[in-house]
Amino acid sequence: MTMKVIARAALAATVLAAGALSARAADISGAGSTFIYPVFAKWADTYKKDTGTGINYQSIGSGGGIKQIKANTVTFGATDAPLMEKDLNDNGLVQWPMIMGGIVPVVNLDGVKAGELVLDGDTLAKIFMGTVKTWNDPAIAKLNPGVKLPETAIVVVHRSDGSGTTFNFTNYLSKVSADWKGKVGENSAVEWPVGLGAKGNEGVAQNVANTKGAVGYVEYAYAKQNNLVTTKMVNHDGKTVAPAMDSFSSAAANADWEHAPGFYQILTDQPGAQSWPITASTFVVMHKDPKDAAASAEALKFFSWAFKNGQKEAEALDYIPIPQKVVTLIAAKVDSSIMSGGKPVYDMK
Amino acid sequence: MADITLQDRPVARRIDAGRAAVLSRFRTVDSIFAGLTLGAAILVLVLLGGVLVSLVVGSLPAFNAFGWRFLVTQTWNPNDDVYGALGAIYGTIVTSLIAMAIAIPVGIGIAIFLTELCPFGLRKPIGMAIELLAGIPSIIYGIWGLFVFAPFLQSTVEPALIAVLGPIPVFGALFQGPPYGIGVLTAGLILGIMVLPFISSVSRDVFLTVPPVLKEAGYGLGCTTWEVMRNVVIPFSRTGVIGGVMLALGRALGETMAVTFVIGNAHKISASILLPGTTISAAIANEFTEAVGDLYTSSLIELGLILFVITFIVLAIARYMLLRIQRRAGA
Amino acid sequence: MPSYSKKRRTSNAVFLGLSFGAAALGLVALVFILAALLWNGIAGLKPSVFTEMTPPPGSAGGLLNAIYGSVVMTVLGLLIGAPIGLLAGTYMAEHGRYSKLTIVVRFLNDILLSAPSIIIGLFVYEVVVTRLGHFSGVAGALALAMLVIPVVARTTEDMLLLVPNTLREAASAMGLPRSHVVWKVAYAAARPGIVTGLLLAFARISGETAPLLFTALNNQFWNTDLNQPTASLPTVIFQFALSPYKDWQQLAWTGALIITATVLLLSIAARSLGSTRTAK
Repeated sequence: MTMKVIARAALAATVLAAGALSARAADISGAGSTFIYPVFAKWADTYKKDTGTGINYQSIGSGGGIKQIKANTVTFGATDAPLMEKDLNDNGLVQWPMIMGGIVPVVNLDGVKAGELVLDGDTLAKIFMGTVKTWNDPAIAKLNPGVKLPETAIVVVHRSDGSGTTFNFTNYLSKVSADWKGKVGENSAVEWPVGLGAKGNEGVAQNVANTKGAVGYVEYAYAKQNNLVTTKMVNHDGKTVAPAMDSFSSAAANADWEHAPGFYQILTDQPGAQSWPITASTFVVMHKDPKDAAASAEALKFFSWAFKNGQKEAEALDYIPIPQKVVTLIAAKVDSSIMSGGKPVYDMK
Repeated sequence: MADITLQDRPVARRIDAGRAAVLSRFRTVDSIFAGLTLGAAILVLVLLGGVLVSLVVGSLPAFNAFGWRFLVTQTWNPNDDVYGALGAIYGTIVTSLIAMAIAIPVGIGIAIFLTELCPFGLRKPIGMAIELLAGIPSIIYGIWGLFVFAPFLQSTVEPALIAVLGPIPVFGALFQGPPYGIGVLTAGLILGIMVLPFISSVSRDVFLTVPPVLKEAGYGLGCTTWEVMRNVVIPFSRTGVIGGVMLALGRALGETMAVTFVIGNAHKISASILLPGTTISAAIANEFTEAVGDLYTSSLIELGLILFVITFIVLAIARYMLLRIQRRAGA
Repeated sequence: MPSYSKKRRTSNAVFLGLSFGAAALGLVALVFILAALLWNGIAGLKPSVFTEMTPPPGSAGGLLNAIYGSVVMTVLGLLIGAPIGLLAGTYMAEHGRYSKLTIVVRFLNDILLSAPSIIIGLFVYEVVVTRLGHFSGVAGALALAMLVIPVVARTTEDMLLLVPNTLREAASAMGLPRSHVVWKVAYAAARPGIVTGLLLAFARISGETAPLLFTALNNQFWNTDLNQPTASLPTVIFQFALSPYKDWQQLAWTGALIITATVLLLSIAARSLGSTRTAK
């Protein structure tokens, strides 16, 4: 009896599945960077209420986003690590920055409150290399004359999963420390010399909060929401800056997007007295000659809506919107590159 | 006999004709059913063989680049594009060993408790409660591990282990280092909890298939409950119990999400089980989504293939042992 | 009372005490997990969870689209995978017990049992998603079905092999055809074990994230078209639990509570319907 029921249900399921496969074409979907996921979710929700068009974005990781847009299974991909111009051209892709944000070092030290500890790039690299082992090391003490540093051993907490945050963080360390660049380098996952791997930003936040003497790096929103102790950083210009929206914006504003081929620009270690040194941006990647021009046009419509109307929502979630002059630049470049039948699919201006 | 005596009567011929029809219908049903089961078996072969083939094809670039060295090096460096599987292989085996060391005795103990000791009214609810441990999805073990279990281990269990077992020579090396909460031990413990019901449920089910006559004979000879379990029930249902253990081991070797959250993903071999390590499936899950380079992706897929080989070896050993036990029992 | 020697009495008491302790340990682990789930999840258990879609951070919302997607894909996955696994298990235990095919299928099946589910997801991704050119609920269900097959095939075979041959011989002697022997006798005798296998399979796929990420993707919105990216509860839990926002984390814990409670209720239902033997 039960077998018959199962057999019949299986038949029904197969028919159902076959029917579903012959249904209409794909909707507008995007995939990639985890960093941009919350703000995309927010924008998509508002956009759906305003226009009725659903833009379904899912966080599968930046690398996944790149793979999926290359495999043409999504309308757009998003990545925290920009593609080189050659890679873009080889695959008929175009990319542009969509949103920016800060990555901040966080610590757990008895008696040290947020913003009290100052680090510079070189010292941060030495800590993550394992050459600076205790918190009262002269390298740290030199930067923090007024702070009483405990003798506690440093516990480095890094990401265990591949991550765009790690890409930007290690990119920064590679820029400021030749030693780091030579021995470890930059990537979404690296061979960490020391430390403990934790899953996701939230895992890092959790472990830093629970472990005395820990230091880690997280996206700014995680430090803020978990009330973690952030440090100040000495930036490219030698000035000490605190992690805040202003210092992130400053890094973004000082970046030279105009002369970046294919918008290949990593926002770490940017010039400017106010600039936060570990700033990152997420890029949207699309095909120049999309297989579904209508879906691409809808996606572009959504992006220009987000550039125009999404700033407040982005700031509320601790993201930095792209400055207006960069948006104009993007509109000009993207317009002329995403074509179908010899015509741009959408006019972003 | 009845057939022969009925043969001469007209009624019998009608029955005979009806019987032929029934028999031929039986034959049709039989062959359809046999065909269906054969078809399903072949489908399983094709599907699962397909997975295997796609893994082999996917891991060719890594194999061409590193050859057999891949198996014996623990370098895992996405920047230089140099990969070795040893750290992940080691972690997979050690976490599974920890898991089985917990789950086999506890699981069989639970099955004995449920079939022999537990008051009748409680057997069903307790059995189901334990089964629920397998029903809790692995993602939930993952977030529970990250947010609840690892901090708990870090603050209470691990400091105690380090203090008590750490100073013991040689053996103590397993329990040295700072209490991170995250590491090989945490992953092994969670795996042990997860696979526990695989062993206890299957063991209980097969214990119940033991004919009561056999047990009664044992008791009749004056055996204690434990003696009946050890000498009658467990030998009788050994094949089934080992099947459950294999199921559990399979799950422990391949479990992804729960491990991913708590193991730390370090491609390193450390003497201490309190330190971070990684397993094959955790490495794949942690890194696949961000792996962009061809060689990187291919190395992760080759890791998957290695897991298949490990499973294959474990299974082969288990089947061989089973065969020997059966032979000895037969002799 | 037979008179046991002291040594035998002691060892009996020790081992039975240990098995009692084992059961207690299992229950403590369960309580530990359930308590954490209830503690963290119950605050978010509002009617809106079942009536509203997954929200962006900072807005009120629920898990309706994810629950719906999960139910559809899990049921579809079971409906596709369970019969195949059941029949294949039957072949290995009954019709082809001694054939070479059985040996090969059994080995492959056992190896696939421990395959990390992400590998199954990648396979379905290659075979289905790249061919169709987009993510879909159907692809998700197929990936889940492929996870169901090995579990069901394995337990079915194990349980059928435990059915004493004398039962089959008796049924055959009464003139029952082979298929009836399997259906009416072997299946009936092995039913509790087969149900356990189905439950294990259900439990396994109800919480799978990795194979869904590359097949069904996920969906922020309400969607009943299985040809579209489809939301699922585990994927949403995964994304929300690791987010910085308290309201998302709350929904993740509530989702975790819902999945676990569902599996619990289904186990109870399946147990009371599917078996009388375990009650003994």
